[in-house]
Amino acid sequence: MNNKNLSAEQRRKNTLSVILGIICVIYVIPVLMVVVNSFKLNTFVKTDTFALPSGEMWAGFANFVKGMTFGNYPFIKSVCYSVVITLLSTFLILLCTSMAAWYIARVNSAFCKILYFLCVFSMVIPFQMVMYTLSKTADRLHLNTPWTIPIVYLGFGAGLAIFMFVGFVKSIPLEIEEAAAIDGCGPLRTYFSVVMPMLKPTLISVGILEIMWVWNDFLLPYLVLDINEYRTIPIHIQYLKGSYGTVDLGATMALILLSIIPVIVFYLTCQKHIIAGVAAGAVKG
Amino acid sequence: MKTKKITNSNSIQRATRLWSPLFLGPVVIAFTIGFVWPFIWGIWLSLCQFQTVSDARFVGFGNYIRAFQDTTFTHAFWYTALFAVVSLVLINVLAFTVAYILTQSIKGSNLFRTVFFMPNLIGGIVLGYIWSMIFDGILSRFSTSILMESKYGFWGLIILMCWQQIGYMMIIYIAGLQNVPGEMLEAARIDGATRWETLFKITIPNVMPSITICMFLSLTNGFKLFDQNLALTGGQPFIIQPDGSTIKTTEMLALNIFNTFNGTGSTSQGTAQAKAVIFFVLVAGLGLAQLAYTRKKEVQQ
Repeated sequence: MNNKNLSAEQRRKNTLSVILGIICVIYVIPVLMVVVNSFKLNTFVKTDTFALPSGEMWAGFANFVKGMTFGNYPFIKSVCYSVVITLLSTFLILLCTSMAAWYIARVNSAFCKILYFLCVFSMVIPFQMVMYTLSKTADRLHLNTPWTIPIVYLGFGAGLAIFMFVGFVKSIPLEIEEAAAIDGCGPLRTYFSVVMPMLKPTLISVGILEIMWVWNDFLLPYLVLDINEYRTIPIHIQYLKGSYGTVDLGATMALILLSIIPVIVFYLTCQKHIIAGVAAGAVKG
Repeated sequence: MKTKKITNSNSIQRATRLWSPLFLGPVVIAFTIGFVWPFIWGIWLSLCQFQTVSDARFVGFGNYIRAFQDTTFTHAFWYTALFAVVSLVLINVLAFTVAYILTQSIKGSNLFRTVFFMPNLIGGIVLGYIWSMIFDGILSRFSTSILMESKYGFWGLIILMCWQQIGYMMIIYIAGLQNVPGEMLEAARIDGATRWETLFKITIPNVMPSITICMFLSLTNGFKLFDQNLALTGGQPFIIQPDGSTIKTTEMLALNIFNTFNGTGSTSQGTAQAKAVIFFVLVAGLGLAQLAYTRKKEVQQ
C-alpha cells in the first residue's frame, strides 16, 4: 500500500518534470530564434521566421559583417562604451556608497539621518520625474561622456545601494571595529581592512544589481550622452530601427545575438550570485 | 566598565567624523547632481512654461490642468493601469505555480530555475526587438502585423513581460516557500489534509510576505514600463481623432511623458514635466504603500 502510494507520488513528480521540461524548451525558443535568424538572409527573416536557415536562406556570417558598420556607427565602439560605463559606474557605486553607508550607520548625526531618508525616498522615484532636469544638469556640468556619466549613475543609483549596505552594516557587531580602534587603526584603515572584507556578500549583491541595471539601461545614457559621438549597446540597437524606414532584420538579429552572448556567459558563470543578489535586492527594495 | 565603553565608541565616532568629507563627500555631491537638484528643479519647472531651461516663466498650475485635459495622457493612464493589473495577475499566478512545483524536489529543478530566470538579464530594448520579430513572424502569415491592431500590441507586451518577469518573481516565491516550516506541512499530512487544503490553508498564508512583495513589484514594474513599450510597438497603431489630435493606442504613461517632452508646442515641455510629477506621485504612492506594508509585517513577526 505504502509502496504503491510512493510510486504514484513518483509518477506525479515525473509528469511535472516532463511538463516543465516542455515549457523550458518553449521558453528558450525566442533566444534560439535570434540565433537562427542571425544566419538568415534579410528577406527571409520576416516571411520564414521559424524556418532553419537552409539552402537559399543561408547568409553565413554576412549579417555579422554587415552589422559591424550598420547604422553608420561601428558596433564595436558601442560595446567598448558599454563596458567602460558599466565597469566604471559599478566600481564607483560600490566604493562610494559602501563608505557612505558605513559612515551613516556608525555616526549618529542629523545630517546622516536626512541623507538616509532621502536615499530611501529616491528609491521610489521613477526616472521620468527627473529625466529632463537631470539631462540638462549633466549637460551643464559636462558629465555627458562615457568617462563622466558614472557620476550620474552614482547619484541616481545611490539610494538602493546605500539602503542595502546600511542594512548589512547594522548587523555587524560594533565590537570588532572598537577592537581595531584600540589596536590603533584610524577610521580609514578600520574601514578598508576590517569593515570592507566583511561586506563582501553585499558588495557582490549590489555589484550584480548595478551591472545588470547599467548594462541594460537605455533612457539615461540616451538623454545624457552626446548620441552622435557615444552610443551604448541598447542605444545602438534602438537606432537601427529608428533611423531606417525598412530595417535589415538579419543584421539586427546578428547584433542582438552578439549583445546577449556576454550576458548569457556572465549569467552561467555567476548564476548563484546573480540569483542571490536579485533576491536580496527585491526583498529589500 | 559600561561608561568606559560608551566613551570609547564616542571617541571613535569623533575620529570618524573628521573623515566625513572622504566618506560622505562623493556620494553627497553625486546624489545632489543626480537626484536632489533635478528633483527640486523638476517640481519648479512643472509650474513654469518653458522650451529651454533658460526661458522658464512661472505660470502656476496651468500645466497640470493641461495634463489632465490631455486625452492622450488619460488614455495612456487607463491603458497602463489595465496593463499593470493584467500582467500582475498573470505573472504572479504563473510564477507562484512554477515556484511551487520547483520546490517539490522534482528532477531537473536547478536546470528549470536557470532557464526561467535567464530572460531577466536581457535588456528591455533588445527584448522588444526579439519579440517584435517573433510576433511579426506569426502574424505575417495572417497578413497583419503587431503594429496594425492595438490588441496585438497589448497581448504581445503581456507575453513579453510574462516571459521576462516570471523567473524573477519565481526566485522570490521559491525563497518564501523554502521558509514554510516543514513540521506544519508534516502535521497537515498526518491529519489527512489533501494537497489543495495544505496549499491554501498552510502554504499560501505562510508565503504572504513574498506574495505582497511580488504583487507590488509587478504593479510598479507595469506602471514604470518604458523600454519594452518603446521597442515593441512604440505606441502604434495611431488613431487620429476628430479634433486632430493623435492617440497612440499602445502608448503607456512613461512613453507618453517622453513623447510630450519631445513635442514642439510652446507648452509641451511644461505639460510633460507636470505629467512627470503626476506620474511620480502615482508610482511613489505605490512604492511607499509597499514599504509601509512590509514594515508593518516585519514588526508583527
